[in-house]
Amino acid sequence: MEKRVLFELKGLPWLLMAPQLAIIGVFFFWPAAQALLQSLQEQDAFGLSTRWVGLDNFRTLLSDSAYLESFLTTALFSVLVAVLGIGLSLILAIFADRIIRGALLYRTMLIVPYAVAPAVAGVLWVFMFSPSIGVVSYGLSHFLGFEWNHLLNSTHAMTLIVAAAVWKQLSYNFLFFLAGLQSIQKSLIEAAAIDGASPWRRFWTIQLPLLSPTTFFLLVINMVYAFFDTFAIIDATTHGGPGRDTVILVYKVYQDGFKGGDIGGSAAQSVILMVIVVALTVFQFRYVEKKVQY
Amino acid sequence: MVERRPLLEVLAHAIMILGLLIVAFPLYLAFVASTHTAQDILQAPMPLVPGAHFWDNYSAALTGQGGGAGSNAPVGRMMWVSLVTALVITFGKISISLLSAFALVYFRFPFRGLFFWAIFVTLMLPVEVRIGPTYKVVSDLGMLNSYAGLTIPLIASATATFLFRQFFMTVPDELLEAARMDGAGPMRFFKDILLPLSRTSIAALFVIQFIYGWNQYLWPLLATTSEDMYPVVVGIKRMIAGGDSGNEWNIVMATAILAMLPPAVVVILMQRWFVKGLVDTEK
Repeated sequence: MEKRVLFELKGLPWLLMAPQLAIIGVFFFWPAAQALLQSLQEQDAFGLSTRWVGLDNFRTLLSDSAYLESFLTTALFSVLVAVLGIGLSLILAIFADRIIRGALLYRTMLIVPYAVAPAVAGVLWVFMFSPSIGVVSYGLSHFLGFEWNHLLNSTHAMTLIVAAAVWKQLSYNFLFFLAGLQSIQKSLIEAAAIDGASPWRRFWTIQLPLLSPTTFFLLVINMVYAFFDTFAIIDATTHGGPGRDTVILVYKVYQDGFKGGDIGGSAAQSVILMVIVVALTVFQFRYVEKKVQY
Repeated sequence: MVERRPLLEVLAHAIMILGLLIVAFPLYLAFVASTHTAQDILQAPMPLVPGAHFWDNYSAALTGQGGGAGSNAPVGRMMWVSLVTALVITFGKISISLLSAFALVYFRFPFRGLFFWAIFVTLMLPVEVRIGPTYKVVSDLGMLNSYAGLTIPLIASATATFLFRQFFMTVPDELLEAARMDGAGPMRFFKDILLPLSRTSIAALFVIQFIYGWNQYLWPLLATTSEDMYPVVVGIKRMIAGGDSGNEWNIVMATAILAMLPPAVVVILMQRWFVKGLVDTEK
C-alpha cells in the first residue's frame, strides 16, 4: 500500500531519517559487521595482533563438544519453555474467555509477571527453591520426602529455569490467546452450540483451529524469548551450572567472550545465533503465515 | 456466553484462581520476606504471613544500610538510574521512530526502499547476539558508565518505526489534502494532525518500551562497571552473590519489590493501551 498524496521536498526526508539511520548505523550495522569480521579472525592472548583464519573458528566450534552440548541444552530448554508456556496459557485463556464476572480482575493479576524483569524473576524463583532456605524446597522435602537441590542435580536446575522462564512469559502468551479467542466470531460458536456441540467439542473443532495462527506466532516468539531474553534468569539462578548443564547459547557467548577472552570464538557463536534468529523470523513470515489455515 | 452451564462456570473460576495462585505466589512470598528480619527467613520454613519490619527493611534497602555478604549499594540510586535509563530509551525510541516513519510514509526519496529494509533487519537481531562488538564500539566512544552508553545502543531497533508506519498508512489521504489546501507544510501537518492522531499508539509504545528499558539486564551488566551507574535489575543480582546464608534476604526481597513496582504500576494503570499495543505491534 502506498500513499497517493505526498510531500515533495528534497532535503527534509533525509533530515527526518537522519537520527534513526545514525543510531542503527553506529550501534547496529557496524557491530554486526564487526561480529562477522571477527568470526573470521583470531587474536593472540594479549589482543596485540589479529590474523585471518577463514572458517577455522566455526570448525573449532562445531567440533567442540561443549558447544554442541550447549546447543542441545538450548534446544531442550526452548522447546520446554515454548510448549509448557503455550499450553498453560492456552488453558487459562480458554477459561478466562468463558468468564464474564471478574474478567478484568483476573486479567489484571495475570499480566503482572510481564512487568517483572527476568533477573528479578530469577531471584524470586531461586529464593523459593533454595535448598537450604527455600519455602518450596522445604515443603518438598518435608511433606513429600523429595530432596530438591538445583545446585547439584542438573534436572532440577533445568526444571527451575524452565519454571521461572514460563512464569515470566505466561502473561504475554495469555494476552495473545485471549485476544485471539475474543476475535473469533460469536456466530460460529452459537451455530455449533445450536447443532448440539458441547464446549469441549467446540474447542477442538472451532476455537483451536482458528487459533492456529496465534499459536504458531507464539511458538516463534517463545523460542526467540527462550534463546535470548532468558540470559538474566540463568545468570541469577544457576550461572549455567551445575557444571555446564544449563549453559544456553547466549550464556556461552557471554562466558567465552567476556569471561574467557576468546573474541573470535565468541564472535563466531554470535554469527551462528544471528543465523538462527534470521531463520526463525523468515520461517515465521514465509511458512507460518501461508500454511496455517483459517 | 452461548449457554448456561453452571458447572463449567465454577470450573472456569476454579482454574483461573488456581492460575492466579501460582502466578502470584512468588510475588507474595517476596513481599512477606521483605517484612521480616534476615534471621526469621533463615529459619526453615520461613514465616508465610507478613511481619513487622516493613519500614526497617525498605529504608535499609533504599539507603544501602544492609549488611549482606553481597553488594550493599543503595537501591535509591539504582532506582534513579533505572528510571532515567527507561525514560530515555522510551522517549528516544518513540521520537526517532515517529520522525523516520513520517519520512518513510509521506515522502519519496532516493534509497527509501533500502532504508526501509535496513530498519527492518534491526527487528530481527536482539542486542544479545552482538554484545561483543557493540561493547567495543561503546567503549571506543568513551560511553561506558554513562547514561548515553546505557541507552543509545538499545534505541537502535525498529519496532516502534513499524508500528507508526502501519498506523500512518491507515490515516486517510483526505486529511493531508485538506491540510495542504489550507497551506500547511509537512512539519505543520506532522505536528497538528499526525501527532494528535497517534496518541493511542504512542501510549501503547510508552508502556512496552518503558518495561523493555527498565528490565534490561545483559547490556547494563557490560556497559557499567561502577556501582553508582547500576540499574536496579543488575544491582539485585549482585546482592545475592553472598550465598544462601550470607545474603540478607529481607533486603534483597525489598529490593525485588521496589524493582518491579514502577513497571507493574505502568502496566496496570495503562492496561488498556498496553494490551492493544502489544497485540498490534506484533501483528
